[in-house]
Amino acid sequence: MPVESIFHRLEALLPKVQKPIQYVGGELNSTVKDWDSADVRWALMYPDAYEVGLPNQGVAILYEILNELPATLAERTYAVWPDLEALMRAEGVPQFTVDAHRPVRAFDVLGVSFSTELGYTNMLTALDLAGIPLRAVERGDDDPIVLAGGHAAFNPEPIADFLDAAVLGDGEQIAIAISEVIREWKAEGRPGGRDELLMRLAESGGVYVPKFYDVDYHADGRIQRVAPNRPGVPWRVHKHTVMDLDEWPYPKKPLVPLAETVHERFSVEIFRGCTRGCRFCQAGMITRPVRERSITTIGAMVENGIKESGFTEVGLLSLSSADHSEIGEVAKGLADRYEGTNTSLSLPSTRVDAFNIDLANEFSRNGRRSGLTFAPEGGSERMRKVINKMVTEEDLIRTVSTAYSQGWRQVKLYFMCGLPTETDEDVLGIADLAKKVIKAGREITGSRDIRCTVSIGGFVPKPHTPFQWAGQADHETVDRRLRALRDALRGDKQFGRAIGYRYHDGKPSIVEGLLSRGDRRVGAVIRGVWEDGGRFDGWSEHFSYERWMAAAERAGVDVGWYTVREREENEVLPWDHLDAGLDREWLWQDWRDAVSGGEVEDCRWTPCYDCGVCPTMGTEIQIGPTGRKLLPLTVV
Amino acid sequence: MQRLRVRYAKRGRLRFTSHRDITRAVERAVRRAGIPVAYSAGFSPHPKISYAGAAPTGVASEAEYLEIGVTTPCDPEHVRADLDGSLPPGLDVLEVVEAVSGGLADRLEASEWEARLPGADPELAGVAVEKFLAAGAVEVERLTKKGPRRFDAREAVLSLAALARTGPEGTDRTAAQVPGQSCVILRMVVRHMTPAVRPDDVLTGLRLVADFAPPVPPEVTRLAQGPLDASTGALADPFDPDRDTTRGGGPGPVSEQVAG
Repeated sequence: MPVESIFHRLEALLPKVQKPIQYVGGELNSTVKDWDSADVRWALMYPDAYEVGLPNQGVAILYEILNELPATLAERTYAVWPDLEALMRAEGVPQFTVDAHRPVRAFDVLGVSFSTELGYTNMLTALDLAGIPLRAVERGDDDPIVLAGGHAAFNPEPIADFLDAAVLGDGEQIAIAISEVIREWKAEGRPGGRDELLMRLAESGGVYVPKFYDVDYHADGRIQRVAPNRPGVPWRVHKHTVMDLDEWPYPKKPLVPLAETVHERFSVEIFRGCTRGCRFCQAGMITRPVRERSITTIGAMVENGIKESGFTEVGLLSLSSADHSEIGEVAKGLADRYEGTNTSLSLPSTRVDAFNIDLANEFSRNGRRSGLTFAPEGGSERMRKVINKMVTEEDLIRTVSTAYSQGWRQVKLYFMCGLPTETDEDVLGIADLAKKVIKAGREITGSRDIRCTVSIGGFVPKPHTPFQWAGQADHETVDRRLRALRDALRGDKQFGRAIGYRYHDGKPSIVEGLLSRGDRRVGAVIRGVWEDGGRFDGWSEHFSYERWMAAAERAGVDVGWYTVREREENEVLPWDHLDAGLDREWLWQDWRDAVSGGEVEDCRWTPCYDCGVCPTMGTEIQIGPTGRKLLPLTVV
Repeated sequence: MQRLRVRYAKRGRLRFTSHRDITRAVERAVRRAGIPVAYSAGFSPHPKISYAGAAPTGVASEAEYLEIGVTTPCDPEHVRADLDGSLPPGLDVLEVVEAVSGGLADRLEASEWEARLPGADPELAGVAVEKFLAAGAVEVERLTKKGPRRFDAREAVLSLAALARTGPEGTDRTAAQVPGQSCVILRMVVRHMTPAVRPDDVLTGLRLVADFAPPVPPEVTRLAQGPLDASTGALADPFDPDRDTTRGGGPGPVSEQVAG
């Protein structure tokens, strides 16, 4: 039976809301399939505003791949702003997809992609507006399977009560596999209802169904064990890894919005994974091993993406883009190909490395040299050893000076505050570093017209990293150090005016820490915050620390116990039954090495140090060089 | 440099695009269509596309105008088809002519608007229109980016009429048009002035003079823009001067490339 569009009901509300265009769909390259032509129907949600969610690569890739399946359709839905939410509630308009404005509850799956934990309350809003019970155990056969993915899904325990299922890792293949399981189950007449479908998904070991696991606690609150509560459910659930990125050259048909979004560009992932071994970096740990996309596929994807989208900017994405084994050839090839076409190239996430200046020069061959960004992360050499961000002060100053001497006027430096073992001196070291950078820059350019901006935020220990056992710094300490750094920078007569300072205060990091390393008991806090009006927690103007603390108190949750408490080696962590491939003993050893200042090399170029991922996941590092050239272009 | 003048429509749900949204969409469509758009010189080059008086966000239009500078001469009809094919449905390119003389913006002296008011009372609407037209001035207030602003909404209105309709008509049926429900249609010709008087200002005026308020938000469409014939109050086609010249009726470096 066809499902009616709710657009006519939404349309009457749109003149009364801000930026109505974000709710009407109709993006170039968007897809609307006939409802009855599909056996399996996905609503894909990015739980933030449209302007943030639309450029998200994960959702865009799955949207395209699922819609390419003949009997599957996928549509997108985003968080609605409070102004529209209020009108929708008043008029009884349900959560809708922007493609065909179908009600979300009519779909088989609601897939939610969590890049960050701060989208949890927005998921609750969407479920509630959709008319889907918030708690998974209260859902019936007519409700969609609520499925989480994305990096935050590597510890979905705080939202376990609200999820039917979660998947870890790359979504391309598992999304197709889930579609097939659902199709078969529906074709058989939905035997055993919702629970049998979830059971079929859980049995595979590739889909986590929280309600099939029981969590027992010690009297002191620590977890005693997490165990399957029915036969056939595996003890551990494993992450998914796509091994040949050249076989998955998505997006092929990039979505081009009418509304303004945060990234107005065509993005190509040039590789996945990172083995630099930065200990704070969850992304680097959970996406191993490194898998490069070949230079020829990159060239063909950029060519196609520009043609299909009309974008004027191309972003080459990855966790550390300059590490691609043929990045020099990629940069030169693209700069040659697009010379004189008003197409700009950008390379986010670069390390502190002189080689990157050459790359940046290549990318800005025809444009202006406005700013370069580096991320030393730690202010002192000791601190950088602890986090395994191997860059010496000399390297940093030399690299930045080179940038100034080649015409770059503005350099941004990213740092974190509240890292394990950090002292006030480590943070104040950032001020010294910034001053030295400006001093060296003035000497080498003979000009005072150079600037550097220090950008710093609070560190949040993340699951599946060596710092998963660490005590998070409390927000008073973080804020005190951030203020001291500000005073040290501003108070400097000689260099202060050349140094900008941007920082985030420490309170939001505590909430992020609670959600990152929380267990199922934190779900009551999330629900409490949402019921108290919590929405869009990733937006400082909507975020309320007090609301989170009040909800935690009502739920009897001790925030400090989850955040600033250091864990022992043998404590069962809430995500221990979820397998990112990393060997727990290796992680612990790396945590110990961090505290004692031991470093780890990058296993792309040095021998394996047994992090555990490749053998347990049956994967391997895939890097070039292929020796091929980007030009002439080949068609994918 | 050849300049091409484009008339386009924003229809249906795309009436919710803002002017900024449209400029981005047009720039991308021009690139996708491979139109040899000229770029400004300087540090950050931008495409030479200029827009004349955009309809407000939420208002549909059959008569929006922009001008594109191109580096190599183009066949206007090909540009029309290519640009239309590259824009999302709902942003529809209706006509392209080669600019021959004068400034286009100067020719857009007034607009004809239609406001559909579903569920409104036709009798009350008629009374309100009469009172509005009889008034010498109708002070209204609108919230602008600089705060509330008061101005006269009466003087700019050259004509205003209320028609009663039942049920939907036309091809572009939208949400507020419920079959069988009465619908008041306001037609008005409004002169372009500063500050601009918009159809919603006229509606505010109707509320002030006669307490006339439609039950749901109105659906407004700009039907035409152009030079004003002072004697009849009618609008002429702003492309007429360009077209007359290209037909060979006037002076100027006219081309044979304007073929169908």
